[in-house]
Amino acid sequence: MIELNNIHKSFSGHEVLKGVSFKVEKGEILVLIGMSGYGKSVILKHVVGLLKPDKGTVKVDGLEVNSLKKNALADLRSRIGFLFQGGALFESMTVYDNVAFPLREKARLDRTVIEKKVLNVIDQVGLSGAENKYPSQLSGGMQKRAALARELVWEPEIMIFDEPTTGLDPIIGHAILNLIEEMHKRMHFTGIIITHELSRVFKIVNKVAMLHEGIIIETGSPEEMLSSKNSLVRQFLSGDTEGPISFR
Amino acid sequence: MDFVRYIGGESIGILSRIGRLFTFLVYAIYFSITPPFKIDRILRQIRFIGAQSTLVVLLIGTFTGMVISLQGYHTLSRLGSEAFLGPMVALSIMKEMAPVLTGLMVTARAGSALTAEIGIMRITNQIDAIEMMGLNPFRYLIAPNMIAGFISLPLLTGMFDAIGILGGYLVGVKIFGLEYATFFGEINTYVWVEHLMEGIYKSMSFGIIISWVSCYMGYYTGSSGFGAEGVSKSTTSAVVLAAIMILIWDYFMTAFLF
Ligand SMILES: Nc1ncnc2c1ncn2[C@@H]1O[C@H](COP(=O)(O)OP(=O)(O)O)[C@@H](O)[C@H]1O
Ligand SMILES: [Mg+2]
Repeated sequence: MIELNNIHKSFSGHEVLKGVSFKVEKGEILVLIGMSGYGKSVILKHVVGLLKPDKGTVKVDGLEVNSLKKNALADLRSRIGFLFQGGALFESMTVYDNVAFPLREKARLDRTVIEKKVLNVIDQVGLSGAENKYPSQLSGGMQKRAALARELVWEPEIMIFDEPTTGLDPIIGHAILNLIEEMHKRMHFTGIIITHELSRVFKIVNKVAMLHEGIIIETGSPEEMLSSKNSLVRQFLSGDTEGPISFR
Repeated sequence: MDFVRYIGGESIGILSRIGRLFTFLVYAIYFSITPPFKIDRILRQIRFIGAQSTLVVLLIGTFTGMVISLQGYHTLSRLGSEAFLGPMVALSIMKEMAPVLTGLMVTARAGSALTAEIGIMRITNQIDAIEMMGLNPFRYLIAPNMIAGFISLPLLTGMFDAIGILGGYLVGVKIFGLEYATFFGEINTYVWVEHLMEGIYKSMSFGIIISWVSCYMGYYTGSSGFGAEGVSKSTTSAVVLAAIMILIWDYFMTAFLF
């Protein structure tokens, strides 16, 4: 379970989060939507303690993230898969070594077991044949998929995806969401996804939250969001340029 | 009042950064001397910091030895004591030139690259990714560099010593016609293992300074600027700070330890 309570965060005087609260139950996936630059990535980093709130609390499975000791935080993090918006692949390693890294360092599995798992997940994200390439030799979309493979391979209990489909072509994007859905059916991880592919992702998630100007303005099931009375939510979901949200 | 507040604020900023720099050193050393050691990463960094600096160190070593011999010969011959050219070349190379110039050269070559590499890892979230796996970036990134610096610099310095003395010999014996036996005989009499070790000890500490400062600047990239600009700022600061610290530390080591 993930619970954010009244999170405030400023960067050098610029207040990005002004009291963000939401809750994701165990086994549930929440989709976070909102305009670019409004702090969605910042919220995710608070969930795992990579950023500290100026005010407010973050709880994951009942543990208060910001008061954990170093070791306890490391233990908690080693149950959380985190896909960074930019992928964050290790540039000094091949795709294979990137994906194998968490298994080698954390699980201490047998070589052959690791190889099987790694090749399997690389195949699932459609990267077979690129195992021995370095991240710099891949397109942006391929990097994203390799990064996703690095998280999926060790089957964490909690998964956080920062724009897993942005920059992918529609077919691959769809395949990735299907993969996430299939994984969720099998493992029932608790998750948060940031994505702009709303129509697709709405089929696989239980809950949607919309961030606007520093606060969560509405939370609900996909159906509730689609029929929301809030004009901000309606405009965002329909993608109209006319409305209360000004993008200039 | 504003002025006082400004000065106060700046001083606190500087003090806290100095504190952070030394805290970083403590962590870096702690993770360098406690297992598990990341052998493959250590070897990779020894290759990068050490092996790949060999050629440039040999090159500057040769010419440094030659120029000391050139200058020394002119000075000593005026006093009629060119017989001491050998010890003069050997001592100035072993005690000062080899460790200091090697340190500065490695700072420029490997230190700057180290800062850039770690800085890019910082701004592209690769360091966060290591932490997110519940692993410690000090163990994976910083400690291997500290160990590699500590091992590589003395080896490079030893090579500098050898080739530098050879360069001095070339100029003194082959160009100025000093006796081979005089050149090396006097070295044998006046230069001891302690003199050699003085430079080697220095170089070990320089190795630590280079890795420490370069890693620190890379690790904290982004707190002074963003993106590529942040990385280039850190790289410049790392080279300048490491070079200054090497020279200052060299003075204090020479003054108080030897
Ligand atoms: N580490 C940081 N330091 C300073 N400002 C930051 C930092 N991280 C994010 N910001 C700022 O916070 C705002 C929200 O960023 P982000 O969370 O990346 O938006 P998005 O909703 O597109 O993911 C932006 O204005 C960004 O410049
Ligand atoms: Mg973002």
